[in-house]
Amino acid sequence: MLLHDTALIYGRYLRQSLRSRLALLFGLLMPLLYLLFFGPLLTGLPLGGRGSSWQLLVPGLLLQLGLFGASFAGFSVIVEKGQGVLERMRVTPVSRLALLLGRVLRDATVFVLQAVLLVLAAVTMGLRAPLAGVLIGFGFVGLLTVSLGSLSCAVAMRVDTPQSFGPLVNALTLPSMLLSGLMLPMTLAPGWLDVLSHFMPLRYLVDALRDAYVGSYGTDHMLYGALVAVGFALLAVTVGTRVFRTAGA
Amino acid sequence: MAVISAAGLARTFQTKRGPVEAVRCVDLTVREGEILGLLGPNGAGKTTTLRMLTTLLKPTGGAATVAGHDLTTDAAGVRRSCGYVAQSGGVDPQISVREELVTQGRLYRLTRAQASERAEELARELGLTELLDRRCGSLSGGQRRRLDIAMALTHRPKVLFLDEPTTGLDPGSRADLWDLVRGLRDRHGTTVVLTTHYLDEADALADRLVIVDRGVVAAEGTPSALKLRYGGSIDASLQDAFLAITGRGPAPADTAPVAV
Repeated sequence: MLLHDTALIYGRYLRQSLRSRLALLFGLLMPLLYLLFFGPLLTGLPLGGRGSSWQLLVPGLLLQLGLFGASFAGFSVIVEKGQGVLERMRVTPVSRLALLLGRVLRDATVFVLQAVLLVLAAVTMGLRAPLAGVLIGFGFVGLLTVSLGSLSCAVAMRVDTPQSFGPLVNALTLPSMLLSGLMLPMTLAPGWLDVLSHFMPLRYLVDALRDAYVGSYGTDHMLYGALVAVGFALLAVTVGTRVFRTAGA
Repeated sequence: MAVISAAGLARTFQTKRGPVEAVRCVDLTVREGEILGLLGPNGAGKTTTLRMLTTLLKPTGGAATVAGHDLTTDAAGVRRSCGYVAQSGGVDPQISVREELVTQGRLYRLTRAQASERAEELARELGLTELLDRRCGSLSGGQRRRLDIAMALTHRPKVLFLDEPTTGLDPGSRADLWDLVRGLRDRHGTTVVLTTHYLDEADALADRLVIVDRGVVAAEGTPSALKLRYGGSIDASLQDAFLAITGRGPAPADTAPVAV
C-alpha cells in the first residue's frame, strides 16, 4: 500500500512539475550564473585540489542546487495547506508516509534532472570528470534533496505563513553554504574556520563529491560523505514522517 | 440506529498564551439518514468538532464512533466510511476536474479503470460532466462546491461532513446545494452533518439542530422544537431562538480561535 500510495502521490506532483517547465529551468538559474560568471575566475587560481578548478567548483554547485532548491520545498506544503488540498488528502486512507515520500521523491527527481543539465553546461565550459564520479555526484544530490526536502516539508507543516517560512529557511541555508566550502574548498581556510566547518554536515558531502569528480572513490572523504548523507537522510525522513503523522495540532 | 455517537469529546490546543479549550465537552448522537445542522457563533468549536470526527485532529478527551468505527482505535475505518468537505474546499486550481476526481478515486484504492469510471459517474450525478476537462481554478463558486462534494463522495461514504458548504454562494447555487444534500440522503441514505451560519438554511435543510457554544452543546432539537422552547412560540424565528440560546449576537465575544 505504501508503494502504491507513494507512486500515486509522486505521479500527481511530477505532473504538476512538468506542467510548469519554465519553473523547472528557473531553479537552474542560480548555479548556472555561478558557473558562467564565477567559474572562469577560478581557472588560474591555486586552489590546492587535484584536477582542474571545474572539478572543484561543479560538485559545489551541484550541492548548492540541492541545498537552495530542496530547502524551499516546503513552500508547496504551505500553499496546499491554504488550498485545503493536504487536509482533503489526509481524510482519505492514503498512507501519511506516502504523502511525504511522494513529494520529496518528486523533488529529488526534479533536482537530479537539473543537476544533469548543470553538468552538461559545465562540460561545455571545460569540465572533464570521470563518468562514475559524475554518477556518484547525482546520487549525493538525490540523497541531499530527499533529506532537506523532508525537513523543509516538516517545518512547513508547523508554520502557517510563507512570511515566517522564507526568512527561517534563508537563515539556515546561507550559513550552510558558506560553512561547507561549497564555492571554495575549506583547505584554503584558516584553522578556526576549517574546524568550525567540520560541524556542518554538508561539508562532508562536498568533500566526498570533489573526490568523486577526480576519480578517487576509496577515500576517507568518500566514506564519511556517504555515511553523513545516508544518516542525514534517515534522520530527516524519520522526522518528516513523525510530523506528517501527527500534524493537525 | 446511531451512525455517529460522541461522548465528552474535547480538544484543548496548547498555544503560546496557554491552553485554549476549543471544544470542552460535546455529546452527539446522529441517526442514520439524518441531516444534522451544527450551529454556533464563530469560535464555538464547530470546525474543531468536525475535524475530530473526521480523524484530522486527535481528541484530547472523550470518545466517539463513526459508522461503528472507534475514532481513536480505528481511524482507518472512520476514513473509509466518511467524507469531509472543509470550508476551504480542497482542490488544486491548476489541475483538471477529471484528474482531481480520478486521483481521489485512486487515493481510495480504486484501480485506474474503476477510478475513471467513478469520476464519470460522480460528474453525471453532480452535474460536472461538461466541466471534466476544465481546470479546477476556472470553475464558479457553486461548481467548485459541487466538485468538492463529488470528491468527498468518491468512496460512497455513509456519513458526509460539510463545513459551511454554502458560505459565499449566490442564492441560486445555495438552493441547488440544498437540493443536492437532500437528494443524497433520499437516494443513498447518506447521513449529512453540516455547519452553517445561515439560520434559514438550517431551518430549511436540517432535520435536527445542535447548537454549540463555547465548546459545549448548548441546545439541540428539531428547528420547531427549538423555536417553541427558546423563542417562545412555534412562529418565532430561529434567529430569536439562536440568540436566546447563545445569550448574545452572532458576533464572537470571546477570543477562542475561529478555526484551528
